Amino acid sequence: MTGSGFGIGRIRWNWFAALAVLLAALPLVSETNTPTLLAIWALFALSLALMWGYAGILSFGHAAYFGLGAYTYAIASFNIGESTVPFVLALIVPAIVAAIIGAMMFYGRISDVYLGVMTLVVTLILNRFMNATAGDAYRIGNARLGGFNGIPAFPTLNVPGEPSMEIYGTFYYYVVIVCLIAAYLIARWILASAFGRTLIGIRENELRMELLGYNVPAYKTAIFAVSGAMAGLAGCLFANWAEIVTPSVFSLGQTAEVLIWVIVGGLGTLIGPMIAAVALGSLKLELGHQTTVDNSLILGAILILVVLLIPRGFAPTFVAWRRRFAQSQVHRRQARGTRRRHVALQEAKQ
Amino acid sequence: MDYAAIVVLEILYMIAFLALISAGLAIVFGMMRVINLAHGEFVMLGGYATIAAAKAGINIYFAMLVISPIVVGAIGLVVERLIVRFLYGRMIDIMLATWGLSLLLIGLVDLIFGNTAVSVPAPIPGYRIGHYQMGGYNLFVIAVAVLLMSGMWFALRYTRVGLVARGAMQGREVVSALGYNPNTIYMLTFTVGAALSGLAGGVMAPLTGLLPSSGGAYIAKAFITVITGGAAVIAGTLSAAALFGTVDQLVSFASTPVFGEIAMLALALVLLRLMPQGITGQFFRNST
Repeated sequence: MTGSGFGIGRIRWNWFAALAVLLAALPLVSETNTPTLLAIWALFALSLALMWGYAGILSFGHAAYFGLGAYTYAIASFNIGESTVPFVLALIVPAIVAAIIGAMMFYGRISDVYLGVMTLVVTLILNRFMNATAGDAYRIGNARLGGFNGIPAFPTLNVPGEPSMEIYGTFYYYVVIVCLIAAYLIARWILASAFGRTLIGIRENELRMELLGYNVPAYKTAIFAVSGAMAGLAGCLFANWAEIVTPSVFSLGQTAEVLIWVIVGGLGTLIGPMIAAVALGSLKLELGHQTTVDNSLILGAILILVVLLIPRGFAPTFVAWRRRFAQSQVHRRQARGTRRRHVALQEAKQ
Repeated sequence: MDYAAIVVLEILYMIAFLALISAGLAIVFGMMRVINLAHGEFVMLGGYATIAAAKAGINIYFAMLVISPIVVGAIGLVVERLIVRFLYGRMIDIMLATWGLSLLLIGLVDLIFGNTAVSVPAPIPGYRIGHYQMGGYNLFVIAVAVLLMSGMWFALRYTRVGLVARGAMQGREVVSALGYNPNTIYMLTFTVGAALSGLAGGVMAPLTGLLPSSGGAYIAKAFITVITGGAAVIAGTLSAAALFGTVDQLVSFASTPVFGEIAMLALALVLLRLMPQGITGQFFRNST
């Protein structure tokens, strides 16, 4: 990480407002099914970008929390019916699981690579287990886990307190957008707080923070749980969008995808990974219309090229370019000024 | 009695299987500290090479023991030159780039062979123990694993190549001090690792049908075996394979194979937490 990667300037409220208005007006000109999905993916990317880009914790198994959010919602809504409590549970359960797994890793002082392997293994365990839960033996209350086929036809989100008023279509799009914006603002708030600053310090130099007296494992566990909750929210929204959850939410592909969005978008920014999620997500949906070129082929090539050529991702590289351009403009202006002064001096002498 | 014999045979087979699919990854990780997330796809490519060669009428043993390692070794060489060599020392970036490679290879194989399962019949017929029918080919897999492991041990311990390889494990400077260019050694190591993955894929091909996404089934098992094993290539791989193979099969016999696998993965989590340096970081410290 370079010094310029601190990247937690003020929110540019004018840009933020313009984007919010644009998102609010979108249903006027477009259908909302695809934009809803893209917004959910952006939220998922945001959850990993917060943890990886600012606390320096790379999880190779972020799909675990996405999937837990989806499954928690589906199982709870079958048992409860009304969707408010399941919605909250879909945030809490992934957060608790993430806190337990995070505490296990961070208090054990596991290094980067082993952390990657452990998070990957957790996702695999969930994937294997959910795939094996076919049949009546595997049920939680009224919800049959359904193995490979997953859980279909659970009650989707409704207006809180009114189980008969289901949220779908354009209304659901707005719910997702509000969740996305809220998550973004919370992420910015976290980063601006003392807690966020400490996390960035840990990313930059863990040993120094430790010696300054900060309880590094506690901080890391906390951000792991927050990120898990956000991923769980994305998973819950995804479940409501798809109206079915299957074990593929825990797949390696799901994990790889979110990782690629974040690294392509850029570490140490929030907006970069969200834009990358929307762009690469759209690309994936486009590629889904034809069968010659597989999505994983394109994604793989992109990941290799980004790691080799622009390891910091697009957003920070773009910012660096712009800064260099602005600086070269300043230099040119200064040079021009000097030249002018020089000419004036010569003329005065004559 | 028959049942006990079968359980023991299945455990031995599982250990051999884990050792076989982990060997290539263990060499690359042990010597270069490089984690190759495309390892599963290398194994998958080895399988495809064997099946394609066998379908073309080539003797299947020749295909799996010679053609697969050569083909995948060549692919490994290209990958090392084009991607990995730029990233040495950046562990996380290598993991990311090789994950990209893994997706790329899945997509490519899908493009070439299509997304349908291909298979080749096992060349050794089954046999009976009491009432139970056993796969004869499993014995061949065990034999290959034993030969491979002892061959690697001998090579590392008693040959010039092995000496240089063990030097490489100590670090770049040691290789240079022995009079070799570390970049060349790393290139060869990666190639040999890929070739061993190809061999494993070829040997396993008759037992499992192959899909472009088959690599995913190997990667996690190979990974936990190597990482849990720790720094010593042979002793680490063997001890981790023995442990995981036994647990997997015992739980599988007691319940279902899926829970066997889950038990193995959960055990790996616990072991990684307790021994971050791996089994050989804790025990057998002076082994190879």
